[in-house]
Amino acid sequence: MASENLTSTEYIKHHLQNLTCTIQDGGFHCAHSAEEAKEMGFWALNIDTLGMSLLLGLFFLFLFRSVAKKATSGVPNGTQNFVEAIISFIDNSVRGSFTGRNPMVAPLALTVFIWVFLMNLMDLVPIDYIPYTMQLLGLSHFKLVPTTDPNATIGMALGVFLLILFYSFKVKGIGGFIGELTLHPFASFCLPVKFSLKPGNLLRIVALIVLIPVNFVLEVVNLLAKPISLALRLFGNMYAGEMIFILIALLPFYMQWTLSLPWAIFHILIITLQAFIFMTLTIVYLDMAHQKEH
Amino acid sequence: MNINATLLGQTIMFAAFVWFCAKFIWPPVIRALEARKQQIADGLAAAERGKHDLELAAKRSADILREAKGKAAEIIAQGEKLKAEMLDQAKVSAQDEAERIMVAARAEVDQEVSRARETLRHQVADLAVAGATKILQREVDAKAHAELLLALKQEL
Repeated sequence: MASENLTSTEYIKHHLQNLTCTIQDGGFHCAHSAEEAKEMGFWALNIDTLGMSLLLGLFFLFLFRSVAKKATSGVPNGTQNFVEAIISFIDNSVRGSFTGRNPMVAPLALTVFIWVFLMNLMDLVPIDYIPYTMQLLGLSHFKLVPTTDPNATIGMALGVFLLILFYSFKVKGIGGFIGELTLHPFASFCLPVKFSLKPGNLLRIVALIVLIPVNFVLEVVNLLAKPISLALRLFGNMYAGEMIFILIALLPFYMQWTLSLPWAIFHILIITLQAFIFMTLTIVYLDMAHQKEH
Repeated sequence: MNINATLLGQTIMFAAFVWFCAKFIWPPVIRALEARKQQIADGLAAAERGKHDLELAAKRSADILREAKGKAAEIIAQGEKLKAEMLDQAKVSAQDEAERIMVAARAEVDQEVSRARETLRHQVADLAVAGATKILQREVDAKAHAELLLALKQEL
């Protein structure tokens, strides 16, 4: 139990609340309740999410950069071995699922995998440690796991989505991409092999034009489903995992380990798996963006 | 849990991290990995080549050994032949030498014999004269008969 004077509901709510801050009335101000955070509207920042993401991202970059700086083809030391193992693994994954040629995809996959993994890993820190420490430091709320904040996962999915759009336009051209969105499944059925003004062919072309809106709606849904599923899958898994840790924390302290230990062990699998899924789907979506015809 | 500008911040951070990773982390490590792969491949190829070279060298050394043995046998045969020839020559020259020495010795012996005979002749003549002198002591004048005696000596 977190505190004697909190009810279970308050305790859970407290744990699910981000440290949302904004500039209000000319001063920096942080929300003390969910309602207050909601009132801040769009132009507010979740300082805890951003801070932890930044910290973990910098940790990742620092660790890997320190190896990359003195990477030799000779006998690798422990850290280099570790980093090389991860990079080989990512490289193999990218070679396996990405058929195009783009030097950007592999580093992107590496960043996604490690960054998401580290953010998920924060889920294994005992849930009361950091929020309490932060409370002592004067911060009312602190959510340690950035991936349990939909802003973080949607933000990353948005990045991937922008890359999908960018490479779709770049590889297929504006016409090609619009053609894919409007004509794709039906064009091969409806376009005549040889163009002539026979009545049958005219009928086919009319059918194609009629089907354009249908096709467009389907393809746009298909396109938008990619980032949304990417973001919500990660968020949902991490949020659910976090929620279960919070619920376990409601038990008497001498009972908690019977549930939190198995769940934490199981969670090690989940956080790795979710990071891997996010990475693999990123690669696959970018691969689809790079394919001219399919 | 409301959507706010955090997601934009997250997107920007994401882009920055990916850029940094693509620029400063991925290339050096991948280069090192490729270089090591190349080194290992080169090492294996070198080992293979070394093995092949060793086989070739062994074959060559066997060839050279065989050749040397053949040459040695040839040289020995030649030596034997030369030895026989030299022995024959030596025999012939030794016989010649022996003959020559024998001839020389015989000539010397002949000379010695004739010298001895000469000496003997003188002595006999002297002896005869001495005998005759003893016999004829008084009547014979040595001076008067010297001419006669010399002629006799010559005759002997």
